Amino acid sequence: MHQLPSKGKGATPSALSRSKMHETLLVGSVPDRVFKFVTATAAVVVLGLVSMIVFQLTTKSWESITRYGLAFITSDMWDPVFHEYGALPFIFGTVASSIIGLLIAVPASLGVAIFLSELAQKRIRRPVTFLVEVLASIPSVIYGLWGVFVLIPLIRSVQPFIQTRLGFLPFFQGPPFGYSLFTAGVILAIMIIPTITSLSRDALNAVPNHQREASLALGATRWETIWNVVLPYNKSGIIGAIMLGLGRALGETMAVTMVIGNQPEISMSIFMPAQTMASLIANEFNEATEAIHLSALIEIGFLLFLVTLTLNIIAKLLMIRVRGKGAHR
Amino acid sequence: MSCRRKFIDKVMIFVPWLCVVVTVIPLISILGYLIYKGSQTLNVAFITQLPKPVGESGGGMANSIMGTGIVVGLAGIFGIPIGVLAGVYLAEFGKHTKLGWIVRFLADVLQGVPSIVIGIVAYTVVVVPMGNFSAYAGAVALAMMLIPFLTRTTEEAILTVPEDIKEAGLALGQPYWRIILGIVLRSARGPILTGIMLAIARIAGETAPLLFTALNNRFWHRGLNGPISTLTVQIYSYAIAPFNDWNAQAWSGALVLILLVTLLNILVRTVARSRYIERS
Repeated sequence: MHQLPSKGKGATPSALSRSKMHETLLVGSVPDRVFKFVTATAAVVVLGLVSMIVFQLTTKSWESITRYGLAFITSDMWDPVFHEYGALPFIFGTVASSIIGLLIAVPASLGVAIFLSELAQKRIRRPVTFLVEVLASIPSVIYGLWGVFVLIPLIRSVQPFIQTRLGFLPFFQGPPFGYSLFTAGVILAIMIIPTITSLSRDALNAVPNHQREASLALGATRWETIWNVVLPYNKSGIIGAIMLGLGRALGETMAVTMVIGNQPEISMSIFMPAQTMASLIANEFNEATEAIHLSALIEIGFLLFLVTLTLNIIAKLLMIRVRGKGAHR
Repeated sequence: MSCRRKFIDKVMIFVPWLCVVVTVIPLISILGYLIYKGSQTLNVAFITQLPKPVGESGGGMANSIMGTGIVVGLAGIFGIPIGVLAGVYLAEFGKHTKLGWIVRFLADVLQGVPSIVIGIVAYTVVVVPMGNFSAYAGAVALAMMLIPFLTRTTEEAILTVPEDIKEAGLALGQPYWRIILGIVLRSARGPILTGIMLAIARIAGETAPLLFTALNNRFWHRGLNGPISTLTVQIYSYAIAPFNDWNAQAWSGALVLILLVTLLNILVRTVARSRYIERS
């Protein structure tokens, strides 16, 4: 007997076969085939774009890859005049500024996410969500502008305070330039808070309510429930959110370029200027007249691409569980 | 319940509140400074005149505002059809196919590629062969960012259209392509339009991919096959310049940019709320 597709939860398998039936039965006539071909072509363009990125980055940086090999990432000499290209200072700058950014952004974002999914009433949830979205929609060049004219003067005046307490540690030494790893980290933190917040809020929303109720019924306080039950339940989703935030931080260009000082130096102190991979490209790409210089810069871009690609893939695998429900809230 | 646990609970429940406040402070500071500093040099001349030579005060960013419109518009022309059609493929034909799976995955990958890397690729595939920086190159770079976003939003929009509506079309003897164009895309036009406007707002604020594709220009552009000024690149170069005049104008440029982006976002919200809220 042919079964009618039922409504409700049982509808999923039959809905699948329904859509499959539509495809196989109905894409038959010539116009249908043409239409399918056109949309498939557009889909192949997406595939083509990614292949093009990989192909271009590989071939255009090949000269530098073969000439410097592994020394490219282990050497700290970057001297276009003598054709010495070592990316270590930029890898350091990128990683260090992103870590500072994460150290600030992760607790703040988790706090906001907990607030939105566990504590806030509907009335206040909406404006807070809206504000976080506004934060996400601000272009990075405006973050940079604000960083240069507001944040840097602020950090210049705050830095001596921190140094009177912690100045004996090598991490907090140095003159108050303002342009520093720390400033870049703060800007990055503000920029990735919306990403981590909204994704980890989705992760928390996906935690079933009976988990909370069970914990509360056992006599746990609200905070104990959040800390011991809700957060661990969807750990992978939260880690995925953090990794996506990290991916954004590593690749962020404009705001960082404007506040980090652009000095290819590796120093212990977070108050010293540095330079990231992305800001190096932004600064030197237009001035690179020699082929090998350009090739080295493209290799930096290639490295950046590979790192963010890996992070995104891991994050995606971690967040598959979250996607199922709670993603639309 | 022990006092200690109660106390910890009281304190810790307060922490998320604090996080919200800490997050909102920079936002208020940014918007406040934008309005305060941006409005000081914002006047009619700013949006109608070209930049003045170094040393002369006054002038504006008319060419940059127009340039942003042109480059983003071109990117839309290149990217919107491809993005929407690829989304149609994913939702209608590619649900269970290998190509569908790969494209869906790569669209997500492409969204995570740093924008400066996109700029490099647009440089090597457009600027180098054509021999000069151009509006086209900038538009290609922005389109590369727009396409994956739109592909995924279109797919998700179409998936919210109930199968029943499609079957109603089938029952009327419509061919499949007409069902997709006339029924599916029509019912999903609200969310798709929202996606398009969000994508446009997003790429309008991009700077990094334009640095070495569209470059910059202190005059009106001469044709699309030449360097063109955009608001974001102009803000960047004015912000890091050592002249107070230029710094002040960077703030005004930023205010104009944020107003444009916000306008698009508000438009999205009203469109999404007013007509299409009952659905999905």
